[in-house]
Amino acid sequence: MTSDLLLIAALDGIAYAALVFLVAVGLTLIFGVLRVLNIAHGSFYALGAYVAASLGIGIAASKISPWLSYPALAVAAAIVGIVVGSAIERLLLQRIYDKEEVLQLLVTFAAFMILDNAQRLIWGVQPYFVATPLQLLGNVQIGGITYTVYQIIVLPAVALLVLAGMRLFLRRTVSGRVILAVAEDREAARAIGINVPRVYLWTFVIGSILASLGGSLASPTTSILPGMGTDMLVLSFAVAASAGLGRIEGAAITALLIGLGRSAAVYWAPELDVLVPYLIMTLVLLVKPQGLFGTLQARRI
Amino acid sequence: MGARNIVLLVTAAVLLAAVAWLLPWTRTFLVIAMSKGLAALGIVILLRAGQVSFGHAMFFAVSAYAAGFASRMLGGTDIAVMLAVGIAAAAVLSLVVGLFVVRYRQIFFGMLNLAFSMVLYSILEKFFEITGGSDGLRLSRPSMFGLVLQRNDFDLMLVFLSIALALGATLAVQVYFASSYGQALRAIKSNETRLEYIGVSARLVLLIGYVVSAVTGAIGGVLLAALQGLASPSFSYWIQSGEFVFIAILGGSAFPAGAFVGALVYEGVRIYAAAFANDIWELVLGLVIIGIILFAPRGLVGLAVETFASPRKREAVPDGSVPMTNAAPAKGSAEQ
Repeated sequence: MTSDLLLIAALDGIAYAALVFLVAVGLTLIFGVLRVLNIAHGSFYALGAYVAASLGIGIAASKISPWLSYPALAVAAAIVGIVVGSAIERLLLQRIYDKEEVLQLLVTFAAFMILDNAQRLIWGVQPYFVATPLQLLGNVQIGGITYTVYQIIVLPAVALLVLAGMRLFLRRTVSGRVILAVAEDREAARAIGINVPRVYLWTFVIGSILASLGGSLASPTTSILPGMGTDMLVLSFAVAASAGLGRIEGAAITALLIGLGRSAAVYWAPELDVLVPYLIMTLVLLVKPQGLFGTLQARRI
Repeated sequence: MGARNIVLLVTAAVLLAAVAWLLPWTRTFLVIAMSKGLAALGIVILLRAGQVSFGHAMFFAVSAYAAGFASRMLGGTDIAVMLAVGIAAAAVLSLVVGLFVVRYRQIFFGMLNLAFSMVLYSILEKFFEITGGSDGLRLSRPSMFGLVLQRNDFDLMLVFLSIALALGATLAVQVYFASSYGQALRAIKSNETRLEYIGVSARLVLLIGYVVSAVTGAIGGVLLAALQGLASPSFSYWIQSGEFVFIAILGGSAFPAGAFVGALVYEGVRIYAAAFANDIWELVLGLVIIGIILFAPRGLVGLAVETFASPRKREAVPDGSVPMTNAAPAKGSAEQ
């Protein structure tokens, strides 16, 4: 029984880590390039989940094909990331890049309050639960444990794809290298003719899409409630900070660490499950203030 | 801090007390405004060092709960005991959390505070047997410095106490800002490296500021709990922390008294806005924060100073004779 429990805890942890990673990698990417910690990032996660749930309900009602709910998850992420992300970057962030860091934090905090409220206005406070994508794929047997295919195969696969995709995009494509150049030195990048404001916009949209994707992928596995954005914001910050802000591969490892730690706590010390991510972050930051993979001038992404 | 300043603040406090005495319906409002102003005053202290905490409501909550536990264990208690216990609890917590968070600046400082306050929130909510869960902890009405009072008299005395504590805290913070530790706090914002070069520990300076800011918040927490007869987990929720930051920015983070101006305006607007804007309250707050940061970075008190002060006084503002933070050159004046 104990080994079964261990396995379940591990599978839970992996599925959860995949979601946290998607959100954290968006946060860390935006920070690495724009040097703004986007507190509204948690709202993108929540919005992605709500839009995905709405699309899911619409698809279920239209009776075309339940399989449409998979592309709907991606569509939800894209809509939220592109529409809300570009609006926030253009209308708000562009005005504050030259302001003090504390004021930038306050402005993104204000954006967070606005989005959080808007989300409650649109969807209300009652929980949503749309599990179609979870049920369609059925279950899989792993060492005597029955687990959903969606959570243990789809979610980690998407996370790994994003990780590999980000690596390829940033290291091998021109657009990616332009982003890296801006992250490295925005003045020098401007001097060689890179359109820095446009890179900022694109980076912010990509980061927002990743957070919304985390939310839309999470939507079948959990009830969608007000407040989920805050929890995820703080959790993804814990992941990004433990890895070192701006470190993408590191974020994958700390997401796994925190995901596994949290699910272990769920089974063995349920009162502590919310505390574990912060305990891990606190321990890491006490020993290595720059994060596990951060360097003193962590500006690379 | 000049004599004129003190006279101005004392006059304002007496006026508020007179309002509370003459208009009983303002009493609840004034206690809430003063208690939130005290918490916002804590944010003003941290903003002086260029730092912002998105989790300061944790001290607000911890003092309220500590006062509640004291009241429960003693089977009813005095407001003085509640204040002492609340302040002590917040001071201890802020010392422990502070030892950790003062190693960080800016983003990390703000977010680690948020993380700690979320941890406290979930503890308060989860340990139902001890904290009463999401229903919170009920407090019986305390005696007022030995006097057992009826509801109306108690409310009036609580307003007077709140105003007196707010006045005392404002003056104390002004003295603190003028002291060498207060000046060093400002140096953390402008040039921390130089501060370390002259042999001052920036961490110690910030830790002292952090504990002081937690203590002002703790006073507010006890006052609100005494007024409502309740300490609930929402005292420590992030929206509560956001409210304190909002009030500090609204009033003008450069001025200790701004916290209370901000709190009065905020609570005043809220009473009237609640009827028609309850659903979009946070949205309005968010928009106002952005508006103030973009267009009036020194808040209401800053606007008032700019509008009413003579040109000579206005000149005197940027060199620091009136404490200010936001309008300071972002690059740090030391380099210029």
